[in-house]
This record gives sequence, C-alpha cells and structure tokens, in this order.
Amino acid sequence: MTTAAALSAGAAVDLPSVSYGQVKAGAAKPYGTDPDLQKVYRPGDLWSLTFDARQIKTAGALADVILPADDLGPAASTLGVVDMLDEWVSAPYDTQQKDRPVILDGLVWIDAESRKRFQKDFADLPESGKTAICDAICDPAKAVKEFRTAARFFSKFRALCAGAYYATPDGWKALGYVGNVALASFDGPPPEVLAQLGVEQTVV
Amino acid sequence: MPIITSSKTQPEYDVAIVGSGAGGGQMAFTLTLGGLKCVMLEAGRNYDPVTETPMFQTKAQGPLQASRTEDKPFGFYDATVDGGWQVPNEPYTQASDKPEEQFGWWRARMLGGRTNHWGRISLRNGPYDFKPKSRDGLGFDWPISYEDVADYYTKVEMLIGVYGTNTGRENTPSSPDGVLLPPPKGRASELVTQKYAKKVGVPVVPIHRAVLTKPLDCQNIPAKLHPGNAWAQKIVGDSMLQRAACFWATECGRGCSIRANYQSTTVHLPPALATGNLDIVPNAHVREITLGPDGKANGVLYIDKTTGQEARIKAKAVVLAASSGETVRILLNSKSNAFPDGLANRSGLVGKYLMDTIGTGVSGQVPLLENVPPHNEDGAGGSHFYAPWWLYGEQKAGRMDFPRGYHIEMGGSRGMPGGSNPLPDDLGRGAYGRKFKEEARRYYGSFVGYSCRGEMIPNEDCFCDLDPTVKDKWGIPVLRFHWKWADHELKQVQHAQRTFVSMIEAMGGTVRSRLESDPLKYIENGGKIIHEVGGALMGETAEKSVCNQWNQTWDVKNLFLCDGTPFPSNADKNPTLTIMALAWRAGDHILEQARQGNL
Ligand SMILES: Cc1cc2nc3c(=O)[nH]c(=O)nc-3n(C[C@H](O)[C@H](O)[C@H](O)COP(=O)(O)OP(=O)(O)OC[C@H]3O[C@@H](n4cnc5c(N)ncnc54)[C@H](O)[C@@H]3O)c2cc1C
Ligand code: SF4
Repeated sequence: MTTAAALSAGAAVDLPSVSYGQVKAGAAKPYGTDPDLQKVYRPGDLWSLTFDARQIKTAGALADVILPADDLGPAASTLGVVDMLDEWVSAPYDTQQKDRPVILDGLVWIDAESRKRFQKDFADLPESGKTAICDAICDPAKAVKEFRTAARFFSKFRALCAGAYYATPDGWKALGYVGNVALASFDGPPPEVLAQLGVEQTVV
Repeated sequence: MPIITSSKTQPEYDVAIVGSGAGGGQMAFTLTLGGLKCVMLEAGRNYDPVTETPMFQTKAQGPLQASRTEDKPFGFYDATVDGGWQVPNEPYTQASDKPEEQFGWWRARMLGGRTNHWGRISLRNGPYDFKPKSRDGLGFDWPISYEDVADYYTKVEMLIGVYGTNTGRENTPSSPDGVLLPPPKGRASELVTQKYAKKVGVPVVPIHRAVLTKPLDCQNIPAKLHPGNAWAQKIVGDSMLQRAACFWATECGRGCSIRANYQSTTVHLPPALATGNLDIVPNAHVREITLGPDGKANGVLYIDKTTGQEARIKAKAVVLAASSGETVRILLNSKSNAFPDGLANRSGLVGKYLMDTIGTGVSGQVPLLENVPPHNEDGAGGSHFYAPWWLYGEQKAGRMDFPRGYHIEMGGSRGMPGGSNPLPDDLGRGAYGRKFKEEARRYYGSFVGYSCRGEMIPNEDCFCDLDPTVKDKWGIPVLRFHWKWADHELKQVQHAQRTFVSMIEAMGGTVRSRLESDPLKYIENGGKIIHEVGGALMGETAEKSVCNQWNQTWDVKNLFLCDGTPFPSNADKNPTLTIMALAWRAGDHILEQARQGNL
C-alpha cells in the first residue's frame, strides 16, 4: 500500500495497527464486504440509531461549543454532526463499539455535572456555564484527577465531531481543502505558496 | 465472447487463465490478441469501474465518514470488493502465534482483483535486481537478466500509461524516450521534502505511476505493440480511445471511472474481450488443475459460487494468476498419483521462499508547512515523488550492515478531510470553539509521513503450506503461513527509521510516531505491504526451482504461473509492473509454442 493512501485515512495520527479479525456478530448489521458505493448514506440507513431526544440535545449543544458558527463556517449541529455521531455510536464495528460507552456515559456525566453546578441541563446553560464545564475537561493532559474520565470523553467527543464536521463541504472550507473538483491541468502550489515555503517547483 | 456464466462455457479452450488481476489481465490481453481462444476464471464477482466507482462522493456521504472498518479495512470507498485482510468464507491460518511471526494476506474477490485499488506505483527492476546473488552472495539470481525483460517493460508502460521521469540513477532504469507520460508537478510537502532530504543525502525525484497525465497516443502506440497486425492495432487503439486523461481529482484507490489509471478491468480486459477470443466466468473459484494421462494439464476444476456446484473447463494450456498465495494453494491442492505433493512440485519448492516488501514508517509534523494558503493538491490521486535507493555504492563497498536497498514513499498532501481528527490533542492542547477551528486550519497539510519499501532476502522460515485441518466453505484446504524476519531486514528498518527521523528534523519538523528501539516492534508484519511474491521460484534447473524463465513449470509443460509466484527475489521496486512484463513475455512464448503446434 502507499503512504499517501495510509495518510489520507488518518492524516494527523499514527495509524491504528491493523487487526486481521472479522466482524463480530452484534445487534446492528454491518454493511458487509460489498456495499453499494454509489449511494448516498444518511445516518440510520444502515443500522438503527441510539440517541433519544435528550441525548440529541446535549450532544448538539456540546458539538456547537466545540465547533461553533463563526467566520470559518457554520455550527456543527447544522451540518448533521449529531446524526453522524449517533450513527457512529450505534455501529456494529469494534472501534465504534469501544467508543459507544465513552460517549453515552459522557453525555450523562455532562448533564449531571451541569445540574450539580448550575441546576440546569448542559444544553440550557448560557455560554459562560458551558465554558466553565468544558474548561475543566478540554485538555486530557491537564485535567485534574476527578475530571480525568470526563476529559477522556471530551477528547473522544471532540475528535468524532471534528471527523464528522470536516467530512462535509462546509468543513472543507473551514479547514482549507479546496479539491474534489475536476481540473484541466494540475499546476502545483501557486507562486505565493512556493514563496512562503522557500521552494521552487522542480517539475517543469 | 463475453462475460458469461458457468453453463455457457465452450467445450474446450486453447488456454484457461485463472485470475483476472495484473497477471491474468496481461495474459488474456497478450493471448487473445495473438489469436488464441481463452477462458478466464475469476473467483470474485463481475465488476465495472465505469459504473461502480464512487468518484466524487464526499466522506460525509458514506457511513462513518467512510472510515475504515472490519468490512472495508482501507475505508468505505476503497475499491476492494469482498476482500481485505480477511475474505468471507476463505480463511487462512498462521503457524505461529507470536505477533512478529504473523502474515497478513490481503486479497480481493472481484474482476480485476487488486488492480482496482492498488497504488499504481510502477517501477522497473534494475539490472542488479535480477542478479542479486551475484552481487552479494545472498538469495537467488533470476534465470533472466534485465535485458531479457526491458522491451516488455517498455511495452507494458506504453499500454497502461505510466508517468514519471528518467532520472539516470543507479539501478533505476530509464525508459526509452517518449515512453513515459509527463510527471505531475510536485506538491508543497513533496517539494519541501525534496529540498531538505537533499541535505541529508536522500534524493527525492518524480515517481512512476500508472496514471494518464495526458491521453495515450492511440495513433502510434498500437503499431509499436502489435507490429504488422492491423486487427490487433485497431482493437488496442479503440480501447485506448476510451481512456480519458486524469482530471486531477479523486483518489485512485477508489478506482477510476474515466479509466485514467491502470486497472485490469479498464485496460487489459476490454480489448481482450473485444477480440471475441475471451470468455470470462466470474464467481468461479478454481479448486484444482486437472491432469491428463499424458502428464499435461488438461483443464481446471472449479466451484461455481452462484450454485455451489463443481464444474470443469477443458483447455490445452493453463495459466495460474490467482495472486501468489492462491496460486500456491491451487498447486498444493492439485494432488494426483503423478504429483502426490501437489502439482509441479517434484522439487518440493512450491510454497517456499515467500517474500513481501519490508515496511516501516515514521510520521512527523513540519512547522514550515503550517498556515499554507489553501490550494488544490489532489493531483494524480497518489504520490508524485519518491526517493529511489541511493546507497548502492556504500553497500558494494561493504560499509552498510544490511545487504539490500529500500525506496522511500511519502505522503502528506492536503487530501480530502473527514473521518479523522485533524487536530490531535497534544497539538490542540485543549482547544475548542473557534480556537480549535483555527488550530485545525493551521496544522492542516503540515503532517508528513515516510515509508520504507525495502527488499527482503528469501529465507527458509518464510513459506506457506496447506493447513492440515482447516478448510474453506467449499471444503478446500486453506493456506497456513510461516514467517520470520531475519537480521538483514531488521537492520534495514533501523536504517530507515534513522533516515526518516533525520529527514523530518532537517525540515525543522518534529517526529510524531512513537520510536521503538526494538526493530521487531516497528517492522511491519509480513504481507502487510501487500507485495507478496515467491512460492514457485523460477530458476535454471528443475531440481532447484519450480518454473523456468518463461514462467513455465518444469514438471508440467503446459502450465504457466503468471503472478508473483515465480519471483526468486523481491526488489524494493513494487512488483506489479514486473508481474505484467513477465506475463507478456510468457504470453509471447505461449503464442510461439502454439504457432509451432506444441499446445
Ligand atoms: C492497497 C494496495 C496498494 C498496492 N499498491 C501497489 C503499488 O503501488 N505498486 C505495485 O506494484 N503493487 C501494489 N500493490 C500490489 C498489487 O495489487 C499486486 O501486486 C497485483 O495486483 C498482483 O496481481 P495478481 O494478478 O498477481 O493478483 P491480483 O491482482 O490479486 O488478482 C488475482 C485474482 O485472482 C482471483 N483468484 C484468487 N483465487 C482464485 C481462485 N482459486 N480461482 C479463481 N480466481 C481466483 C482473485 O479473486 C483476483 O481477482 C498494492 C496492493 C494493494 C492491496
Ligand atoms: S486521480 Fe486521476 S487517475 Fe486517479 S482516480 Fe482520479 S481521475 Fe482517475
């Protein structure tokens, strides 16, 4: 396999080591080894979803704190990120099954924490309340002992939200991806990029 | 003749070809254009890249943002059908349970096999690569030299279309003028790598890949491929006209609906079918080769997977190109009184000297590549640059502690996002909200990765045989893999790791991979690079090899092995171009034999 292929699947991180295992039997049905690749899939098309109204509300509120509307792009919840998260935690595969309790327990925790501190569900808090809770758990490397589990949840939740958000064309714009369009020629990086990098195009 | 079902086959064919990937595709092309009547048996389903490839689908349109799962280990949109590290109903086993002695066997079950999703990296073996033992005393020499294959490399390159440049580097052969298509421009990370790798002595140059950076010259190439044969020229020219040039978007691993890259299904099989000389039977899982009273192969026995029934095909000659492992399996399962240990196995060497490419990788992050203004880097859907092995001289002079070389493949473009977190926690340091988005944007495109693709020496501990108990769904014994890296390989990955670290540091970057000190912990498992070759090596004598220089088995004259099985060594160069060149050469030999009435 090629490095480019490997990197594109997990750009920023080392790849998880490959398991040679097969799909485990479970409640939801895997899509199998020959799915239709042309079809556009929406969460819920392949397996039933998990979130109830409250989980949707909490997850949406947290997703929007992590990826809010701003000049770089719309808020996460408006791009279907919550549905994608729901699809993720409901999926029959190993990685997703491992993430499922982390996310579901975390959503319970964050509402409980919110009620403990502010007597309201997380989604109903003003920005300042949401930030107060998130600040304690946003950095797993710095979280104090009592918040460590919650920090692991936040880290996973943020990673999954970002994986979903940046999978959309709006997310591409936010990140600066401008491909996936047919071009008549490939000209390489434009002059200002070459200048910034201090390199020259070596293929003429 | 078309793609047919089992019940529609002819009473007899000139040649039965097992497998439709690189080897089988090339063989079908050569033989049918040479006028022989062929049948191709393919275990997988029919597959049409023109209608089935998800070209512009965004990751959000696929389940789980198209990320990898046990069902689709290289991601949802990877072209692989019914395959991966496991294939439904077709298990394989490991002789050892030690983690470092596992072999991963990647297969695909579809028309065109793994050529639908391969990386398209197409490098010629050089002169040293055919005579490695003569250089350093290890492994085996091939019974042929570079000169015997050079013209076939050229023909394959002209047919499939390969971009790249002639660099003139040692043991990195040039193609004749005008054969290679123009190389694509370097991407930001590739140009930066090139500049700084030079400072640590690593030459980064344009790679060769089977992608059309401009339309093929359908006026002139067919006449060069089939001189004096107007009929063949017309068919090949028409087929070339069906292929568009790359439009610089979409990953090649998904396949290519405009046929701009090489897949057996878009390049080899359409002209072969257009000759009217080819029947293709999909869903035909070959179980064994049948032997006539004269000691020659007379056909194949297969399972029609649509019914589960056994069926037979008669043919005057048989070509196995089921991929290296599977070809070995079919031979070992074809037992008879004449061949109690498996067909063409009087030497006892079938299954022996299995090889893969040595792999390891290091990734890093490069501040210079942060905050680069957005620009389109999709390019040719795969790598544009690589570093060919550069230390032949040092090895020759005895200054290296490992005998064979590696080339470096690289990644790091601003590829299509989604399905993974663009801002790892250690870099984001708790960022959320607008800060997260800014940091993600800043780091996007600043990650690089370098992979060692190196040559292992064939050894006694790396082989496959039949598992004594485990059988597949159809009751056919399955392969059991034995694997052990030798010191040569471990020394090589240590060198590669040091090199990659120095490259990343030369760019002012930071290594992101965890650097283990024990090479057994960071050398990829056998099979993991998916360049498995060997198992029926070619050589000078029937005692010491399974095939002769024509990929023809010594024991059964009308049986040819046209995948990677006959490789007596596995140069660092990715194997597929060589598989095709040798298949074309063997095909010409079969045509010559047919002309002489020897089939
Ligand atoms: C992700 C990936 C990236 C790669 N990148 C590169 C690269 O950049 N460069 C390179 O040189 N190589 C690369 N390779 C390797 C390349 O794909 C193989 O070398 C090549 O496809 C081998 O051709 P083949 O004809 O031997 O086998 P395959 O292409 O695997 O074809 C074999 C066919 O035989 C069929 N078959 C198997 N068993 C039976 C049976 N019993 N009966 C009937 N049919 C059967 C299979 O279904 C399959 O269709 C890559 C591979 C992968 C998976
Ligand atoms: S990058 Fe080019 S060759 Fe590759 S799939 Fe896209 S159009 Fe085809």
